[in-house]
Amino acid sequence: MRELFSLRDPALAARFRELLRKLQPREPVRIVHVCGTHEITIAQYGLRSLLPETVEVLEGPGCPVCVTSTQDLDCALQLAERGATLCTFGDMTRVPGTRMTLEEARAEGADVRVVLSAADAVEIARRQPERPVVFFAVGFETTAPGTAAVLLDNPPDNFFVLASHKLIPPALAALLSIPPVAIAAFLAPGHVSTVIGAGAYRAIAARFRVPIVVAGFEPLDVLYGIALALRQLREGRAEVENAYPRSVTEAGNLRAQELMRAVFRVGPALWRGIGEIPASGLYLREEFAAHDARREFGVEGRLGEEKPPGCRCAEVLLARAVPTDCPLYGTACTPLTPVGPCMVGAEGACNIWYRYAGRPRL
Amino acid sequence: MKRLLEEKVTALHGAGGLVMDKLLRERILPKFPIRAAGPIGLDQMDDGAVLDLPPGRLVFTTDSHVVKPLFFPGGDIGKLAVTGTVNDLVVMGARPVALSLALVIEEGFPLADLERILESAAAVLGELGVALVTGDTKVMGRGELDGLVITTTGVGVAERVVPDSGVRPGDFLLVTGPVGEHGLAILAARNALPVETPVESDVAPLWPALAAALATGGITAMKDPTRGGLAAALNEMAQKSGVGMEIEEERIPVRAEVRGLCELLGISPYELACEGRAVLAVAPEKLAEVLSALRAHPLTQGAQVIGRATEHYPGKVILRTAVGGKRFLEMPLGDPVPRIC
Repeated sequence: MRELFSLRDPALAARFRELLRKLQPREPVRIVHVCGTHEITIAQYGLRSLLPETVEVLEGPGCPVCVTSTQDLDCALQLAERGATLCTFGDMTRVPGTRMTLEEARAEGADVRVVLSAADAVEIARRQPERPVVFFAVGFETTAPGTAAVLLDNPPDNFFVLASHKLIPPALAALLSIPPVAIAAFLAPGHVSTVIGAGAYRAIAARFRVPIVVAGFEPLDVLYGIALALRQLREGRAEVENAYPRSVTEAGNLRAQELMRAVFRVGPALWRGIGEIPASGLYLREEFAAHDARREFGVEGRLGEEKPPGCRCAEVLLARAVPTDCPLYGTACTPLTPVGPCMVGAEGACNIWYRYAGRPRL
Repeated sequence: MKRLLEEKVTALHGAGGLVMDKLLRERILPKFPIRAAGPIGLDQMDDGAVLDLPPGRLVFTTDSHVVKPLFFPGGDIGKLAVTGTVNDLVVMGARPVALSLALVIEEGFPLADLERILESAAAVLGELGVALVTGDTKVMGRGELDGLVITTTGVGVAERVVPDSGVRPGDFLLVTGPVGEHGLAILAARNALPVETPVESDVAPLWPALAAALATGGITAMKDPTRGGLAAALNEMAQKSGVGMEIEEERIPVRAEVRGLCELLGISPYELACEGRAVLAVAPEKLAEVLSALRAHPLTQGAQVIGRATEHYPGKVILRTAVGGKRFLEMPLGDPVPRIC
C-alpha cells in the first residue's frame, strides 16, 4: 500500500505537471482511454485540471456494462422469463433492454441474481440441480478468463453461459475506422493489458499511425501515460509504450490467454452505441455447446438499438462527446434515475462524472 | 411462562400494567445513574419530567436510531442512540442537560441484549453527568420491526448558539479527528467486506471535549459528519452559509487502514459516517486558541485544519487532491456500496 501511495506523491506530481506543460501540443489533441478505472482516477484526483489546455482526455467504450448490446440483454431477459436462474454482475441488472431491465424482470417474478464471479454462478447451479442457471457473461479480457476457467472445470449440466465478452483491441481499431476520427492517441487499460500484453496493440499502432500507451491506475501512472503519449505526438512517433511495467509484460498472461483460446472462438459482436465490430466478441466453441445458453435455449435478440430520446451515450462511447455535452446529464439522467447505460454502469463516464463532479477544469 | 418473561421481551411487556412496571423498575431505570434534572424525573414515573435549567438558550433535538447490526465493533445501538443526540446538542453549541429515551422492541427480543444495550447507553450518560429524565417502552409483534428502535430526545443549554450557517469567507475549516470509521465498522459488522478489519466505530460523545473550544467564542459553525460523512457535512455548511470551501485532501485525517480498505472497496472515506467527530469553522484570529483547546482533550487531539472558506464558488466544496488536481467534492448520492467489478 505504501508503495501505491508514493504514486500520489505531491512533489513528484508537481514535476509531472511541469513535464506536461513542456509537452503541451500547439493544436488541440484528444487522447482516448477505454477504461472505467482510468476515468475514476482522472475524475477522483481532478487530473484534467492538471493537463495543458490543448489536451482533452475522454473515456471511450471502457465500461463493459455500457457497451453490452440491447440484443444480448434481450436474450438474458428471455432466458430469465422462461424460468432460468439468471446470474450476472450488479450493474448489468439496471441497464435497459428493449422492454425492461433485468431488475424490473425480477420485480415481475424472474429469478435474477447478482454474482461477483462466474464461479459464484456455478455454485448456485450446484445448489439447485433441478433448474437451469445461466451466467450472463459480460466484460473484456479481464473477466473472460474467469468464465473460461469454470467451463473447463467440469461445471454441472444445468450451468449455461450467455457469452457476451468483448475484446478491446478491435474496439480501438473500430474507433479509428469510423469517420470522423479525431483521436490523437490511446491510453490502453492496465488490467486488460496485463492479460493480453502490450504487444497486442502493436499492429493497431502501426496500421493507424497512432501512439498507444499502456497505463496503470494511480494518478501518477495516468499522468505518466499521458506524458508519454504527448511526447510521441511531439516527436512524430506512433508506437506502443508500456507505462505500467510493474504489471504488464509484452506477451501478457499466457495462462489466461490459453484458457480463453480453449473455450472461446472469436466472432463479430454488437457494441452498444458503436454497432457491429468484426472479430470483437467471444463465443463458446463447439466443445462447450452443451453449456451454451444461446444454442440450448435458442434465444435470439432482435437487431437494432433502441435509444432513449435525447440520450448521447452513443457519442460518449465513441469518444465524440463528454457527459456534460448531453442535455439529459444531471437533469433527467442521474445515477439514481439513469436514462442511458453510461449513467448506469459504475464504470460509465456519465456515472463517474456525476459522482466525482468530473467537470473538465476548475 | 415465568422463564419466558425473564428471558425474552413479550407483548405483555409493552402492554402497560404490572409486567411492564416490573421490567422498568427492575431492569431499566436502575441502570441510569442520573435520573432527574429538576423536581420530577424518571423515578416518579409521572407523565413528564420537570427540568430546572441553567441560564442560556434552550437547544432541543431528537433522533431515532435503527442501526443494523445492533452490536458492532466499538459500540452498540444504546451507546449510539445517546451519543447521537448528545452530539447534536454539542454541535449546536449547547451543553447537554437531559435526555429522554423511547424503546420500540420486537416481541421475542432477548432481554439480556436489551440490558446490555441500556447499560452502554447509561454508561455514556453517567460519564457525562447528563440525566435521563423520561422515557417510553412499546413492544411490537414479531416481524413488525427489526429488533429494536431507540428514539432519544435531548435538551441542552447554549450561551452562544453555533449554527451550520455561520461560516464566513476566510474561516478555517477543521475536523476533530480521523474520518470514516463508524461507516466502515458497520459495513464490516454486516459482513459486507471481503476482508477482516480491525476498524472500530468512533462513536463517542463530543462533550466535554468541545467545551473549551466552544468557550473561546471562535467557532462560527459546526456540524457532526454522521450520515453522508465529511462530504455531506461540508456541502451542507457551504450551502447554508453561502460560502465556497477549499479543502486540501492531504490534510484530511484518515487512518491508514480505513484509507486502504476504502481503496479496495472503491468507496470514499469522506462519505462514510462518523459518530464521534465534528466539523468546525473557526474565525482566523481564534484558530490557535481553538486548536490548542481541542488538542488538550484525547478525543479531539487529532484535530486538523483541512481547508478554508472562500468567496469563490458559493455553496460548493472544492477538493485539492493529493496530486494537486482540483475537483468538486459533491454531496454523496446515497449510502456508499462497495463496487463489485
